[in-house]
Amino acid sequence: MISELFTVTVLIGILASGIRLATPYLYASIGETFGQRSGVLNLGVEGQMLLGAFAAFYVALTTGSLWLGILAAMIVGALMGLIMAFVTVNLHAQQGISGIGFYLFGLGLSDLLFQKLMGTVETVKGFPPIKIPWFSSIPGVGEIFFSQNILVYGAYLLVPLAWFVLNKTTLGLKIRSVGENPDAADSLGVSVARIRYFTIILGGTLSGIAGASLSIALLNVFQQNMTSGLGFIAVALVYFGAWRPWGVLGGALLFSMVNSLQLWIQVLGIPIPSEIAVMMPYVLTILVLVITVSRVRAPSALTKPFERED
Amino acid sequence: MKKFIWLLTLIVALSMILTACGAAAPAATEAPVVTEAPVSATEAPVATEPPAAPAEPFRVAVIMPSAINDLAFSQSMFDALTRIQEEMGGTDAFEFVYSDGMFNVDDAAAAIRDYATEGYDLVIAHGSQYGSSLQEIAPDFPETSFAWGTTAETFGVPNIFAYEAASQEGGYVNGVLAATLSTSKVIGIVGPIEVGDAKLYVDGFKAGVATTDPAVKVNVNYIGSFSDVALASEAATTHIAAGADALTGTAQMVVGAIGKAEEANALWFGTQSNQTSLAPTIVVASQVYHWEVALREIITLINSGTLGGQSFKANLANGGEVVEFNPDYALSADATALAESTIQGIIDGTITITLP
Repeated sequence: MISELFTVTVLIGILASGIRLATPYLYASIGETFGQRSGVLNLGVEGQMLLGAFAAFYVALTTGSLWLGILAAMIVGALMGLIMAFVTVNLHAQQGISGIGFYLFGLGLSDLLFQKLMGTVETVKGFPPIKIPWFSSIPGVGEIFFSQNILVYGAYLLVPLAWFVLNKTTLGLKIRSVGENPDAADSLGVSVARIRYFTIILGGTLSGIAGASLSIALLNVFQQNMTSGLGFIAVALVYFGAWRPWGVLGGALLFSMVNSLQLWIQVLGIPIPSEIAVMMPYVLTILVLVITVSRVRAPSALTKPFERED
Repeated sequence: MKKFIWLLTLIVALSMILTACGAAAPAATEAPVVTEAPVSATEAPVATEPPAAPAEPFRVAVIMPSAINDLAFSQSMFDALTRIQEEMGGTDAFEFVYSDGMFNVDDAAAAIRDYATEGYDLVIAHGSQYGSSLQEIAPDFPETSFAWGTTAETFGVPNIFAYEAASQEGGYVNGVLAATLSTSKVIGIVGPIEVGDAKLYVDGFKAGVATTDPAVKVNVNYIGSFSDVALASEAATTHIAAGADALTGTAQMVVGAIGKAEEANALWFGTQSNQTSLAPTIVVASQVYHWEVALREIITLINSGTLGGQSFKANLANGGEVVEFNPDYALSADATALAESTIQGIIDGTITITLP
C-alpha cells in the first residue's frame, strides 16, 4: 500500500493539492511579514480574512463580477488594516490583545452579515483554472504548476515581489529599520508612523485577498467561520519563515504538502489512524519551528509601540 | 496607559457585542416570528395533534454548534422545530429561540444555564460535545427538561432526554445507490472526525456499497475537523484524482466538497439536511433528519409530567429519517426501485446492516 504513494498520479495529486492549499497562507503570511518587519504583530489576520472572504463572495454573487469581488475584499481588508493601524500606532494599544479583538470583530461581523444578507449557504462560479500555454502541456509539471487559477499564480508571484521590495528598495530598508530600531529611523527622518500605517494596511489588503482566494477561487462558497484557524497558522508561518518571504514560502509549502500527503494516505487506505494523519502537518511544523527559530532573531521592535522621545 | 486600558475595554466590548450578534442575538428577536402566528380562532382545532397545545405556549430553547442554515446538522434541528411549530399551530402554542454558532462549548454551557434560568420548558443541547456540560447543569434545574443528541446517554439524570439518529440506515441506502451508479467503481467519502453519527453514516454507506457490489472501492477520508471547509474541499479533489466518480460526506464543512464534485461532474449523496440546492445537477439523494419524531414524544412526555430519563432514535421506520431524492436528477426507474426496496427492507427488517 505504501508503494501506491509513489505512483505518478498520486505524486502529482499531492503536489498540485499542496500548491493550492498554500495559496491563502501565502497572501496572508506575506502581508503579515511586512507588518512584523516594521515592528507590528497583527493577530487579527483571521478576522480580516473572514471579512475579505465574505465581501468577495457577496459582491461576486450579487454583481456577477469576480474582479469586483477581489476589489471589495481588498477594500475591506485595507479598512480593517487602517483601523488596526490607528489603534496600534496612534493609540499605542498592546498589539497581541487588540489583534485578538480584531479577529473576534471580523468573525462576528462576517457571520452577522452572512446571516442578514444571504441567510443560507450558496455557491458562485469562481475563477476557473488557467492553463498557461506550452508550460501546461509538460507532463506532470504542467498539471502541478501551470493549470491553477489566477489567484494561485498571484500568490506565488507575490513572494519574489515581496522579497524585492523588502531587500532591494528604499521602502524596504525603511520598513526594516523601523522594525529594528525605530528611534534611529526616526532620527534620520523616516516617519515610523507612516511606514507602519503602510505595512498594516498592506497586510490587511493581502489578508482580504487571502479570504477571497478561499471564497471565490478555491472553494466558491461562504460559510461562517470558514477560515477555521487558517489566519493564525498564517501568523505562525511568518515566524517559521524567519520573517523572510522565501522562508514563508517554504513553510507554507511544507505545511500544505504534508496536509495533502495525509489526505492521500487516508484515501489510499494506508493503515494509519486518521487522527494521527491529520496531526502530521502540525507536528512537523512545530518540529521545524523549534529547530529553525532558535537560530534567527525576530525584528527587535516587534510588538513594541513607538513613542517619540522629544 | 490609561488610554490603552480604555481602548482595550472598548475593543473587547465591541467584539463581544458583535460575536454575540452574529451568534446568539438573532435568536431572541427572530426565532418566534419564523412562522407568523395565525391569530384566527379557526386555527385552534390543530391542537388535536399528538402534542396537545396547552394554554401557555410551550417554550423551547436550543443551542446549536453551527449556523441554522448550514445545510447540515444544525439546520436539521432548526427545520424540525419550525415544522413542530406549524403542526402545533404557530407561536401561540409553541415558541422557540436558538443560539447557533456555539462551537465554543464553554459559551454553550453558559447559554444552556441562561435558558434554564429563564424558565424554558425544554432546553435542547444539539451536539454531542455539550453532554458533560449538560450533566453538570441539569441537576441544578430539576423543574426544567433538557434534551441532547446525538446519543442514547441520559446519564441517569431524571430531567435529561437523549436522541440520536440511525444514520447508518440512510447511509446504507445512499451506498447502495452510489455503488449502482458509479461507473469508475471508485467512491470517495469525506468525513469530519471518526465519532458519533458521522461514523455511523460512513460505516452504513460502506456496508451498502459492499453488499451491492463488492468490487467497488470505497476511499474514506476523515479530515479531523467539523469546520475546515478548505481541507474538506481538497479531500474531495483528492478523491476525484484517485478516480472517484461518486462522493458523499457528512457534517457542515462538506459544502466546499460538494462544489468540487460538481466541477468534476461526480455524483453527490447528502446527509443530515437536503443538500440539493448546492449542486442541483449532481446531488442524487439526501438522507434528511426529521427530529420532530423525537421532539413530539418528548413534548408529550413533558406535558404529562415526565421530564427526562428516556432516549429516542430517529430511523427510517419511524420517519425520523427520510431519504429525499433530487427531482432534477434523472434517476433510472431501476435505480429508484432498488432504492425504494432497500428502504422498505430496512424498515421491515429484511435488511440488517452490519457495522464493523
